[in-house]
Amino acid sequence: MASHYEAPIRKPLVTGDKSYHDVTVDIAAPVEGRANKHWWIVFSIALAAFLWGVGCIIYTVSTGIGTWGLNKSVNWAWDITNFVWWVGIGHAGTLISAVLLLFRQKWRMAINRSAEAMTIFSVIQAGLFPIIHMGRPWLAYWVLPIPNQFGSLWVNFNSPLLWDVFAISTYLSVSLVFWWTGLLPDFAMLRDRAILPFQKKIYSLLSFGWTGRAKDWQRFEEVSLVLAGLATPLVLSVHTIVSFDFATSVIPGWHTTIFPPYFVAGAIFSGFAMVNTLLIIMRKVCSLEDYITVQHIELMNIVIMLTGSIVGCAYITELFMAWYSGVEYEQYAFLNRATGPYWWAYWSMMTCNVFSPQFMWFKKLRTSIMFSFFISIVVNIGMWFERFVIIVTSLHRDYLPSSWTMFSPTFVDIGIFIGTIGFFFVLFLLYARTFPVIAQAEVKSILKSSGSKYKKLREAGKPLYEISDAAPKVVEEATLKAEAVEDIIEDVTVDADAKEVSSLLDAIGSFNPDTDTADDLKKVKGIGPKMEETLNQIGIYTFAQVSKMTEKEYDLLDSITQAFPGRAQRDDWAGQAQKLNKNK
Amino acid sequence: MGAIILMVVGALGIGLGFLAAPSNIAEAKEIVASHGDGHGDAHGDAATHAVAHDDHATANNHGGDHKEAHDTSHDTHLLHQLQNKPWAALYVAAFFFFMISLGVLAFYAIQRAAQAGWSPLLFRVMEGITSYIVPGGIIVFVILALSVAHMNHLFVWMDADVVAHDHLLQGKKGYLNPIFFLIRAAIFLAGWIGYREYSRKLSLAQDESSDNANFKLNFRISAAFLVFYLISESIMSWDWIMSVDPHWFSTLFGWYIFASMFVSGITVIAMVTIYLKSKGHLQDVNDSHIHDLAKFMFGISIFWTYLWFSQFMLIWYANIPEEVTYYITRIEDYNLPFFGMVAMNFLFPVLLLMNSDYKRLNWFVVMAGVVILAGHYMDIFNAIMPSTVGDQWFIGIPEISAVLFFAGLFVFWIFRALSKAPLQPKRNPFIEESKHFHY
Repeated sequence: MASHYEAPIRKPLVTGDKSYHDVTVDIAAPVEGRANKHWWIVFSIALAAFLWGVGCIIYTVSTGIGTWGLNKSVNWAWDITNFVWWVGIGHAGTLISAVLLLFRQKWRMAINRSAEAMTIFSVIQAGLFPIIHMGRPWLAYWVLPIPNQFGSLWVNFNSPLLWDVFAISTYLSVSLVFWWTGLLPDFAMLRDRAILPFQKKIYSLLSFGWTGRAKDWQRFEEVSLVLAGLATPLVLSVHTIVSFDFATSVIPGWHTTIFPPYFVAGAIFSGFAMVNTLLIIMRKVCSLEDYITVQHIELMNIVIMLTGSIVGCAYITELFMAWYSGVEYEQYAFLNRATGPYWWAYWSMMTCNVFSPQFMWFKKLRTSIMFSFFISIVVNIGMWFERFVIIVTSLHRDYLPSSWTMFSPTFVDIGIFIGTIGFFFVLFLLYARTFPVIAQAEVKSILKSSGSKYKKLREAGKPLYEISDAAPKVVEEATLKAEAVEDIIEDVTVDADAKEVSSLLDAIGSFNPDTDTADDLKKVKGIGPKMEETLNQIGIYTFAQVSKMTEKEYDLLDSITQAFPGRAQRDDWAGQAQKLNKNK
Repeated sequence: MGAIILMVVGALGIGLGFLAAPSNIAEAKEIVASHGDGHGDAHGDAATHAVAHDDHATANNHGGDHKEAHDTSHDTHLLHQLQNKPWAALYVAAFFFFMISLGVLAFYAIQRAAQAGWSPLLFRVMEGITSYIVPGGIIVFVILALSVAHMNHLFVWMDADVVAHDHLLQGKKGYLNPIFFLIRAAIFLAGWIGYREYSRKLSLAQDESSDNANFKLNFRISAAFLVFYLISESIMSWDWIMSVDPHWFSTLFGWYIFASMFVSGITVIAMVTIYLKSKGHLQDVNDSHIHDLAKFMFGISIFWTYLWFSQFMLIWYANIPEEVTYYITRIEDYNLPFFGMVAMNFLFPVLLLMNSDYKRLNWFVVMAGVVILAGHYMDIFNAIMPSTVGDQWFIGIPEISAVLFFAGLFVFWIFRALSKAPLQPKRNPFIEESKHFHY
């Protein structure tokens, strides 16, 4: 990594004057806290959709592919559309984690974890479709080149569908390894903070015994670079091979040489739209606005605009070449797309994918959260239509006008698609509760160069390190192990010094039993029944009061209670209380 | 002080240019001379033959009488291909050096639009190389205009007689007609030159200004320019290269040519930077900068191969006669240059530049660069020659001297431009970041 110097005109990537410890606390918070009502509501909806999908899949497998709306002319429709759509969405994760790593883009740090999770979850959805389409999924191993003695047939290496099997499984494995490698130091962080033995056990298993030694870090960085180098050609290869499914054929509208790079650009386009959709919600729900800033969203919007323009250029190239080629069938295929019975699909695709990203040229619009969210949904829809247009409109009118037909999906087609969306969100929501959703170790690596706190210090000409006058910081380190065991402070005596108490209450506000109601302060991690009693003795009863505490008040509290100095600060009682107060 | 040294380098560049130029101005005359006789008569005939030849290859059956003509007057056909040869050689070399500066222009605009922190130290080098767009672009335009004026027949579709007998070309008349062709070329050249000159002006003005207004404006126009570039580059490649074989088409062609331009451009940036550094300029440019440029050479070489392979594989696999003829001609008549080019553009850069330590060895990067540049010359050669001279290709005096002439002009022009301004931008807001660039 280059030096910590950064041009002053660059905007901070971590706002809110975060210190290293704040980063830890903020990112561990969603995992250590409890799920709120909204999470449960969304999770239930996703789970219901997923279960519906499972039902439709069972119906398909037990009855047959005839339950779908396919017919003689359109013999490939929603199944492959959804497959390509999901695979495409996956691309953004790898692009962010690998390509942006190679380009040393610091803004990737805040979004790579979730984008990679999204990649893995969406590739899982994509993988379902070919397996369901087999009709007899228990024979799925037939797609692997294994000797005939196993009862399978030797695979056809000339078929791009087989290349897909290799490309996608390689992609999934490399993405998974890459993701997990990045997670190791973060799982270790959760492990070290865990209070309950069960969680500690789980996270220590997940972190593969990460110790944080220099050697660990050196290997970590080396592996990251190697994996990034491996994953970059994979980003290109996966959707290239998916495009070969169509482009190697001789069907007008499918056979065109621009397909490989244009599919890749489209995949990145749709993937970034999905990342935007997910992160705009997540930053809000998990209070991560200081890490996933408006600037991150703006940059993602720029990528969407760029890839959208490339895709637009490819659409126009295809259209022009169809005319220029002088091949009648090619010309008709494109005329039919734009003006035939599926004109609405074509123009939805054009509007969503080519026109709508152009709004991002305006700074006002691309820095607007609501608008970005709206466009990200629009692009997701548009990219689904793109695949639908390529697949269904190219097939529904073949060389024989007597077999021209239309495609209409059955409830099973729709159900399986909705089901995969549900499955995707089920996985993502579970992930958001149990995984560190931001690569905190990597965010910390750019904190000195791009964190607002350090940028300000640098501008003011002050040193970036701080000699804290708060002694507890040192104690914290030393007593960490001992304290972790006895998770809740029990024995607290109040050596009530009236003057200190009153100055403390002045700062955080006093409790009026007539108008205020006391909160259950035990909900704050680190406050046990005894500590709550003590706080009540002092006059602290509500979350609102606790949330106003700063370093000064913590010190005062420590001197009043004279128990476990620094505990309140380390657990960030104020931050916890603030959230509890909000969700009350 | 710096300026004086730069003047010396400029003079060196001039010297180099003159050293290269005389040896081939004579050659160039020879080219024109050899072309002059026997040109006037029967070039309609020659064009007919070119098409007939084409038809023969594609097994397209319209115009059986052309085939007869093809059989009976094979000798004249040969003669006309040979007459095309010096023109084609001139055109390939002219376009090759022009495309280097056009590739650099794209790289430059991307660096500006992306607000890259590592590259501002190299901006003046890039601006120097893009200065060649003006003379290079005008020369290419003149060659195209001469084609329209029937001074040569690089583009068969420009011949009204040929079009009259060709159903496919009649269908394309709305697009492939000489006037529209020249108008498009003029618009594209105006756009590229306009952006280059304006951005350079802003870049120099930023050094003297007291705020970042020039820098910001440069950022905006670079982003807007890239959109124009995306479209104009594609159309340019269809017009200037793909249409020499007017029956053939490939949607990927524009991006494929772009990859060629891009990697050649980056290679030249690296080579010029290394040269200037060896002369004691660009003090702040360190091995990390060279390493990054070499990484781009490596990466874009693979990207080029990816596009080359995609186009080749899909056409080979589908085996549709209209399309596959393109590769059949190249594999049958151009076997060595065709596959040799893939080796030079893919195998060599991958093997040479894989190791990260080698990307920091300046002489090594230069050697790899020479292979890459030669490979991409061959790429353009393979794109133009089969449709213009058929199997009568040969890399002889016209080809080599055309390359030498344009190399001399290119070097003279870019070093003249480099000597005109300090080699290090002063007030670019990212210049400190670029100086601190180590990893």
